Amino acid sequence: MMKKTCIALACATLLAAGSALAADSIKVGMMTTLSGPGAGLGIDIRDGFELAVKHLGGKIGGLPTDIITADDAQNPETAKQIAERFLKRDKVDIATGVVFSNIMLAVGPAFFAADTFYISANAGPSQYAGAECNPYFFNVAWQNDNLHEAMGKHVQDKGFKKVALVAPNYPAGKDALTGFKRLYKGEVADEIYTKLGQLDYAAEIAQVRASGADALYIFLPGGMGINFIKQYSQSGMLKKTPLFAPGFSGDEDVVKAVGPAMEGVFNTTHWYREMDNAVNKRFVADFQKDFGRLPTLYASQGYDTAMLMDAAVKAVGGKIEDKAALRKALETVKAPTTRGEYRFGNNHYPVQDYYLREVVRNADGTVSNKYVGKVMEKHADAYAQDCKM
Amino acid sequence: MLYLILEQALNGLQYGLMLFLLAAGLTLVFGIMDLINLAHGSLYMIGAFLAAAFYQVFESFFPALLLAILSTALIGALLERVLYRRLQRMSHLSQVLATFALILIANETIKIIFGAQPLMIGMPASLSGPIELITDELYYPAYRMLIIGVGLVVALGLYLLVNRTRIGMWMRAGASNPDMAAVMGVRIKPLFTFVFALGAALCALAGALLGPLLAVSVGMGESILIPAFEVIVIGGIGSMRGALVGSLLVGMIDTLGRLLLTFGLKLVVDSSTAATLGPTLASMMVSLLMVGVLFFRPQGLFPARG
Repeated sequence: MMKKTCIALACATLLAAGSALAADSIKVGMMTTLSGPGAGLGIDIRDGFELAVKHLGGKIGGLPTDIITADDAQNPETAKQIAERFLKRDKVDIATGVVFSNIMLAVGPAFFAADTFYISANAGPSQYAGAECNPYFFNVAWQNDNLHEAMGKHVQDKGFKKVALVAPNYPAGKDALTGFKRLYKGEVADEIYTKLGQLDYAAEIAQVRASGADALYIFLPGGMGINFIKQYSQSGMLKKTPLFAPGFSGDEDVVKAVGPAMEGVFNTTHWYREMDNAVNKRFVADFQKDFGRLPTLYASQGYDTAMLMDAAVKAVGGKIEDKAALRKALETVKAPTTRGEYRFGNNHYPVQDYYLREVVRNADGTVSNKYVGKVMEKHADAYAQDCKM
Repeated sequence: MLYLILEQALNGLQYGLMLFLLAAGLTLVFGIMDLINLAHGSLYMIGAFLAAAFYQVFESFFPALLLAILSTALIGALLERVLYRRLQRMSHLSQVLATFALILIANETIKIIFGAQPLMIGMPASLSGPIELITDELYYPAYRMLIIGVGLVVALGLYLLVNRTRIGMWMRAGASNPDMAAVMGVRIKPLFTFVFALGAALCALAGALLGPLLAVSVGMGESILIPAFEVIVIGGIGSMRGALVGSLLVGMIDTLGRLLLTFGLKLVVDSSTAATLGPTLASMMVSLLMVGVLFFRPQGLFPARG
């Protein structure tokens, strides 16, 4: 018995060693949301990722790189099929791109079962940060609650006592408000849940007004936020009851669609455009040059994801088949990043600083985000302690 | 609380009138041409996108609105001549399939031309603020007042058109019995083209008017199509009066329901349960109303065909 095990182990070691020669190319599966109301987010992740690969001379970790792009249409069923295709037919070496957490949770198990590293450029569900954390899962962006926690802390620090909350009636909406309330200790004037995908918020805005709140916090991703903020501004409320939002509802895509009405909205983020480091300056300048629009935090996350992959693959000398070494490299390597610095916690989620931005009017009449200050330093997530990895 | 209800009633009126613009076109096409047009929402989207495009050219709201209406009407007329005329002779199932395909084609085309990111239509600066209806108590966005005004004027105009003009008489005749109307000398084909173009123009009007409030984005048509269908089922297919009453009912129930249900539930259960339960129940209210109407009055509240 003992002997057999030994032989098996020896064989396994040999096999592993045999396959640990440097690979001659790397295949990246980029599955993201490229159609429907969430398309803007996925497009930015993809464009940020591709810009990084361009900066790397078309190579990740010095290997010829093949990026296979697919649209999950924000549909978990479609996403599952694409994941199967990535793993069985395309045989991708590493995957990234998913925007929405419900999709991440649907496709995660397939990648983990196939021992394929998944480097999330956005979706950061609490499950994978806590008890269900996985050696093959990394998140470059944040845990879902983080930006909400940062805003909860800021609103608390600013001395607001009576805050109204608005979020869509689905799991991530409730998680968002839970995250906000983790560090905000004041009174909740009203907690309003809306239909997911709702477009007209006149009724909710009237309720916020009637609640007598001294501030408003919203979590309304994508087009929902655009509509809400426009209407909130038109109702004259923005001047009376300040609006706070996570970076998702205050980024350049939303600013562009809402226009001047967006002036005065505060939002929390882990990256801002003016960040003073060489990587970020090059990223911002070239993103604008290549795509003709300002980069969003999603684009910065896509960029950082490619940079992390590159640094890790270089660290193992291109031997991407050696999963243990690659994991070690992903965990510890110091990759260039647009946000200056971040490191991974024990659950492979970032421990990093969070900042406050305000949408301001520029000299030329346009509006855009401006850095205000730091809210939290080296902040981890609330689920890391449940992760046994 | 009273002012809150008053404000929500105005919101309900505004939503109802916008629904009416869509439902009116839908009910005319459905009733007169016997055609199920799932792509009606796509015309609404096209109208909104054209308004956004014209807005970028002229940087002024009203010319953009006018041009969007005219060009969408033209697209509608063209579609009717090229496509819908053929579909009319086919079964309802074929119509559903073909017009569903049209939704996909329209969405992809718009995405290729305008990109996937939502667009913006700026509103006239003079209307961008709130107006004070009752001192210190009731503010209402000026632009939404404009929408209510336009909605009421269009509703009155359509009423006069359908009930007081010769074209309106043909339309009513076509709705109640197209074959008989044709036999009696109504030139059905140009009438159909006109009706379809009118429906498209109303879609564009709604799309362009709502543009400054809502994001102009691919797929916006589908989200409004379902309430529009509910409206015409409730009101009675082919009936203009039914469309108006149905729209206002749906608008009021949807808007006031969200407020009053949550408020009422807070008296019974704790507030966080009420906050979750209220919107869930409110979103079912309109469907429940439709089920009720289908059960007790399957022909709708104001049936067009006797």
